[in-house]
Amino acid sequence: MRNLLALLSGSLFGIGLLISGMTDTTKVQGWLDIFGAWDPTLAFVMGGAILPMTLAWWLTKRIRPLVGGSFPPATLPEIDRRLVIGSVLFGAGWGLAGLCPGPSVASLSYGGTGGMIFLAAMLAGMMIAPPLKARLDSPVPAA
Amino acid sequence: MNPDWIMGLSGGLLIGIAGAVFLLGNGRIMGASGIIGGLVDGSGRSNAMERIMFVAGLFLAPLAVTLFTGAPETHVTSNVWVIVAAGLLVGVGTRIANGCTSGHGVCGISRFSFRGIIATVFYILAGGLSVVLFRHVLGVI
Repeated sequence: MRNLLALLSGSLFGIGLLISGMTDTTKVQGWLDIFGAWDPTLAFVMGGAILPMTLAWWLTKRIRPLVGGSFPPATLPEIDRRLVIGSVLFGAGWGLAGLCPGPSVASLSYGGTGGMIFLAAMLAGMMIAPPLKARLDSPVPAA
Repeated sequence: MNPDWIMGLSGGLLIGIAGAVFLLGNGRIMGASGIIGGLVDGSGRSNAMERIMFVAGLFLAPLAVTLFTGAPETHVTSNVWVIVAAGLLVGVGTRIANGCTSGHGVCGISRFSFRGIIATVFYILAGGLSVVLFRHVLGVI
């Protein structure tokens, strides 16, 4: 059951990314490019995705997960170096290529060699991240 | 309304339903970088099968649809160095920040998560600066 639901969720996510145009890097970069011909599509995608998810989060207060267990606990409203530095690095790469993790897998079958190289580099980045993450977790040395 | 916006909204709704299935079904947050990253660095070994099935759907469903509809153009840059640098940044950054556009963006904002909103603000600002710098200043993309 758990695996079937994961397959269903991944499939819907992939088709959603495909039809929304989010596997087209020019649409992503067009949204980020406020000094160019600005393309608002990404805002519609985000808005569309947030609607069902808001309802889903509301339901988590009333029901249990279908497969049992509990829902992920809310995170504390704390900002740390990891969150900020990681997001800045991610954003820089996202703007550079117009791809993020979901669309890079969704477009793998039709994104050509460039898409494959991006995915390989992204997986390599994910592999080298844990030690960097640990270093950012250590306390800041006194200046 | 612009047809691209309608497609964006429709696709967005499907993405949100996908996240709702993963949350209400499996009790998990649908974050692409976390699901993939857990397989790559071994941290997700305890529920590897669920991750593999999600990634399989994410890859196979668009493949199946595009067999009938034809595949859209992705317009990925032909500059290999740009692609490699971008991929590394996305891989490292999303794992350090514990999330990307789906986890922090879609799932975080809809939960009114402070960390999700802050992450989204920073990656959008950095993404905007990146496009301005590399497109308009340096002219490499």
